[in-house]
Amino acid sequence: MAQLTDTTDTTAPAATGRAGAPARTAGPRGTAAGAGRKALLHWIGVHALGVAAALFFVLPFVFLFLTSLMSDQQALTRDLVPHTWEWGNYAKVWNTPGFLTWWRNTLLYAGLGTLLTVLSSVPVAYALAKFRFRGRRLSLLLVIAMMMLPPQVVVIPMYLFWAKQLDLSGTLWPLIIPMAFGDAFSIFLLRQFLLTIPDEYLDAAKVDGCGELRTLLRVVLPMARPGIAAVALFQFFSAWNDYFGPQIYASDNPAAWTLSYGLESFKGAHHTNWNLTMAATVLVMAPVILLFFFAQKAFVEGVTLTGVKG
Amino acid sequence: MTSTSTGSSTGTGPVAPALRAKRRRSALRTAAFMSPWLIGFAVFFAYPLVSTVYFSFTKYDGFRPPVFNGLDNWTYVFTDYPLFWPAMRNTLWLVLVMVTCRVVFGLGVGLLITRIKTAAGVFRTLFYLPYLAPPVAATLAFVFLLNPGTGPVNTLLESVGLPAPGWFTDADWSKPALTALALWGVGDLMVIFMAALLDVPKEQYEAAELDGAGSWARFRHITLPNIAPIILFAVVTGVIQAMQYYTQPLVAGKVAAGVIGGSGQQFEPGYPDKSTLTLPQVVYNVGFQRFDYGTACVVALVLFALSMAFTALLMRRRGGLIGTGD
Repeated sequence: MAQLTDTTDTTAPAATGRAGAPARTAGPRGTAAGAGRKALLHWIGVHALGVAAALFFVLPFVFLFLTSLMSDQQALTRDLVPHTWEWGNYAKVWNTPGFLTWWRNTLLYAGLGTLLTVLSSVPVAYALAKFRFRGRRLSLLLVIAMMMLPPQVVVIPMYLFWAKQLDLSGTLWPLIIPMAFGDAFSIFLLRQFLLTIPDEYLDAAKVDGCGELRTLLRVVLPMARPGIAAVALFQFFSAWNDYFGPQIYASDNPAAWTLSYGLESFKGAHHTNWNLTMAATVLVMAPVILLFFFAQKAFVEGVTLTGVKG
Repeated sequence: MTSTSTGSSTGTGPVAPALRAKRRRSALRTAAFMSPWLIGFAVFFAYPLVSTVYFSFTKYDGFRPPVFNGLDNWTYVFTDYPLFWPAMRNTLWLVLVMVTCRVVFGLGVGLLITRIKTAAGVFRTLFYLPYLAPPVAATLAFVFLLNPGTGPVNTLLESVGLPAPGWFTDADWSKPALTALALWGVGDLMVIFMAALLDVPKEQYEAAELDGAGSWARFRHITLPNIAPIILFAVVTGVIQAMQYYTQPLVAGKVAAGVIGGSGQQFEPGYPDKSTLTLPQVVYNVGFQRFDYGTACVVALVLFALSMAFTALLMRRRGGLIGTGD
C-alpha cells in the first residue's frame, strides 16, 4: 500500500501539464508562464498533503499486517519489519478451536439478517415514500426516532423478553428475528431513495392494470436496485461489526459467538501474542474490505444518500 | 412541514358506498405494506420503552418480581452512583473534542480530495478504507499501534525525540487515543462533505475569482455558507454517536487493562480510572454485571432523553436536516 502512494508521488509531476495547468492558465492576471508555475506549485502542495494523509490512513494497516507475520518472540520487540515471514500465523489462527464456528455464526447473522431486513423494509419504505395516508409523517418521525435509539435504551426489557420468556439466550436468534420486522435505518434510507423515482412510472404501471404489489415488484424494485444494494451492504456490515448484541445474548455460549465478539476474547487468550491477534484482526477486516471493492459504488452512494436532504 | 394526510377519512356528509369501499381497500393496502414495521415498532420499541420506564421505578434483579420503590433509583443515579457522572463528563469531552476534531478533519480531507487531480480514485479509496474496518478489529489494532512498550507509534515518536505518552493506559491520554481512532475512520464524513463540496455552484467561485477574492475569502464566503447545513448535520449526528459510543471505548479499556474477554468476567469498566466510561457501558455494567435492572433503566432513560433531544434538532428547521417534509 505504501508503495502505491510512492508511485503516485513520483509519476505525478509529469502529469501536471495535462491535469493541473490548463484550467488555471486562462486566469486574467500574470503571464501564462507565471500562472503555469503557480498551478504547478498548487498541484505539488495538494498532492504532497494527499500523500501525507494517505500515509496516516494506510500505515496502521501496514504495521498491522507486518506484525501479523512476525514470530512470537519478535512481536514482543520494537522492530517494525518481520525478520522471518511467518505465514503460518494465519493457519494457526484459522485452526484455533472456535474460529470457524465464529465465521459460520457471523455469516448466518449477517447473511440471513440482511435478507430479512431487505424483505421486510422494502414494502414499508415504499408505503412511506409513495402512499398518501393519515399518520404518514408521524410514522416517518417514529422511524427516525427508532433509527437514533441506541440499543442500550431498551435492552433490559428486550433481554428479559428473549431470555426469560422465549428462552433464546445463548443464541443469535434474538438478533436475527427482529430483522424480519423492518429495520429503521434501512426503511429510512430506502424511503429517501424511492422518493427519487418519479410518480409517472407508478401511474403508468397502474394504467396498465398493475396493482400496488405488482407495481412494487415489476416497476419499483428494478429501479431501486442501487438503493437496495446500499441498504443490504450497510446491514451486512452492521451485523458483521456488532459487538453489543452478541455480548448481551451470546456471551455465555462461545459456540454462538460472532467474529467481532470472539476477536476480543482471542486477544485475551493470546495476551502476549500480538502477532496472532493481529493475524486474527486482519482475517476479520479482510472480508469487509473485499466486499467493499466489489460494491464500492453502491456503498458510497448509500453514505451520500444518508447525508443529503430527501 | 405541511401535513401529508390528504384527509381521506375526514370527509363529512353522505359518501357513495363504492367510494367508501375504495377507501377501505386503500387503508387495508397501506396497513399491509406497513405491517412489518408496525409489529416491529410495537414489540421492539413501544413495549420495551414503556417497560424501561416502569422498571426505573422499581427494585428488580430479574429473578424476584419487581418491587415499586418510587424515585429511589433516580436519586441514587444522580447523587450516589459512582459511575454516572464520570460517564457524563467523558461524554461531554467526546462531544466537545472528538466531534469537533472529526468534523474539522472530515471537512479538511473532503476539501483535499476535491482538489486532488492525479490518481484521485486511489486516494479516495485509501482515505475511505479505515472507516470500513470493523470497530473491534480497528480498536485492537490501535491498542497495539499505541501500546507504550513496543508499539510502532511510540517507537517512531521516540526516534524523533518526541515524548511517548501511555495512550490507552493513561487516564489523560485514553480519550485522545480514541479520538485518533475516530479520525482514522473519518471516511463517512469525507464522502458526505465531498458530495456537498461538489454541489456548490461553480459560477459562484468564478464570479468571486473575477472580483479578486483570495482562496480564504472564497472558502469563507462561498464554500462555508453553501455547505453549512451539511456541517450542522455532521455535528448533530456526531453528537448522537458520541453519546452512544460503546464498542471502541469498551474494547480499548478491556484490552489495555489486559482483561480476558468472554463469559463471567467481572470488569470495572472505563479503564484507566473511568476515563473511557460512557453511558451505554454504564447501562451494561449496572444491568448485566450487577443485575440492578432498576438503576440500569434510569441510566438508559437518560441516554434516551439525550439522544432524542439531539434527534429533534436534526428534524427541526423547516423540513428538517434529514428531510422528513414533502
